Amino acid sequence: MKLRNLAHSRTGDKGNTSNISLIACDPKHFEHLRTHVTEARVKAHFHELVQGEVVRYEMPNIGALNFVLLHALGGGVTSSLALDAHGKSLSSALLDLDIPEPTL
Amino acid sequence: MKTLRIGTGAGYSGDRVEPAVELARDGQLDYLVFECLAERTIALAQQARRQDPAAGYDPMLDARMRAVLALAVRNQVRIVSNMGAANPVAAAQKTAEIARALGLHGLKIAAVVGDDVLEVVRRGDYRLEESGATIASLGDRIVSANAYLGVEPIVEALRTGAQVVITGRAADPALFMAPLVHEFGWALDDWHRLGQATVAGHLLECAGQITGGYFADPGFKDVPGLARLGFPIGEVSETGDVVIGKVPGSGGQVTVATCKEQLVYEIHDPCRYLQPDVVADFSQVTVEEIAPDRVRVSGGRGTPRTPTLKVSVAYTDGFIGDGQISYAGPGALERARLALEIVRERLAIIGVQSDELRFDLIGVDSLHGTALSRGAGAPYEVRARVAGRCASLAEARRIGNEVETLYTNGPAGGGGATQSVREVLAVQSVLLPRECVETSVLVMEA
Repeated sequence: MKLRNLAHSRTGDKGNTSNISLIACDPKHFEHLRTHVTEARVKAHFHELVQGEVVRYEMPNIGALNFVLLHALGGGVTSSLALDAHGKSLSSALLDLDIPEPTL
Repeated sequence: MKTLRIGTGAGYSGDRVEPAVELARDGQLDYLVFECLAERTIALAQQARRQDPAAGYDPMLDARMRAVLALAVRNQVRIVSNMGAANPVAAAQKTAEIARALGLHGLKIAAVVGDDVLEVVRRGDYRLEESGATIASLGDRIVSANAYLGVEPIVEALRTGAQVVITGRAADPALFMAPLVHEFGWALDDWHRLGQATVAGHLLECAGQITGGYFADPGFKDVPGLARLGFPIGEVSETGDVVIGKVPGSGGQVTVATCKEQLVYEIHDPCRYLQPDVVADFSQVTVEEIAPDRVRVSGGRGTPRTPTLKVSVAYTDGFIGDGQISYAGPGALERARLALEIVRERLAIIGVQSDELRFDLIGVDSLHGTALSRGAGAPYEVRARVAGRCASLAEARRIGNEVETLYTNGPAGGGGATQSVREVLAVQSVLLPRECVETSVLVMEA
């Protein structure tokens, strides 16, 4: 199934770094997200866009993951040639990721 | 227990005005905060100030103050804002002028100055954090350097009794934390309390983003009344716990989900969210709905602040030229691709000097590239776009020009060609020892 069915997301930016949150709609699915939405999967999903590493922070307190993607914004928000220089639409791209259906 | 009601009047420089009026009128607020400075805004403001010494504050200050001042005075709502941008003193003077025009004589306004550290940065031997280059290497391309101020100078301004406090660059949460510190008398080394105050400030600083704005995804996340979105009110108690709500009857919604999205927004490592006043820790925060459109957020913690202040340095970095043209109907995609190929070849033939060129198909792959774009089906219409970064305005202009020549030299049926050039104002940061930043408060009366 698509990640969009289990979670919601919002993107922010700082310089050449993108920050994409992934929040479980139902906290009981947090472990499932933790298992399947890894740094490696996110890096592979965005391989064409992200030049640096992907770091994942976990917030079990609210059932969320926070992804920091380095060198992801075409050199930086202020100098990027991209239409979406801030990368704000990347949250939608993340939610299109395919993941197994949870058993819960 | 005493609670303080703080509303957000704006979440960025171009934000809507009506929700601020609604808050000033019906929000039963103690404070109304306008957050209007993004990374680049102050650099643009600095350039404006260079053209005109009386300019450099937010262009919408006039409209916002005219809209809310009388209501704020009537309802005893104090205003805090960073609309001062590159000229807080001129912003305060303008506000005084507006107050007089509205018959609000005697209104006390304070300007906080000292965030402008361009001379300090120029004299020192600092390195840009992101690229490692020295400040000296930027030469006269440097436009501005502004330190992110914390609560102290804003609290100093509030202590004068000023009804309106106007700053330049400050940390966004600090605009909301300062009224809390001032009213509750918190110590500046009460790290856990300041950490929770940071949570409150961070939740409120983007206005509509917590009340259902930037959230709707039809069919998955539905939000009513976005055209009449109510901006948030934070009810903060002496413990720092905050309940987020909005004016009853306003559009949008405050839910656990909207609050979680704003809580995590742009914080990177949740355990170390660096602010001038504290290193905040959001890892133990809890978010709980206590009633419809009322959500309590608590559990923020903190550790001692760092010895430095972050400074945003802006400098000119070339120009970006852009040209676009649309194609529709059968073969639209092929013609748009041909258009891009032609322009790529043309730019090489005429020798346009650029450090980067980009070729997009808007409606097909312009946002996320080919790997993520859906390959299924040919679009009915597509817009070809070429953009490039060049050292000079003239050179950048040649890019849009080449796209326009497709009218008579390119594929069939191209229409709606546009071209533009903009100067690049790049922003990086420098860390300055706190002692290098000296702030002061200027008070005036309408």
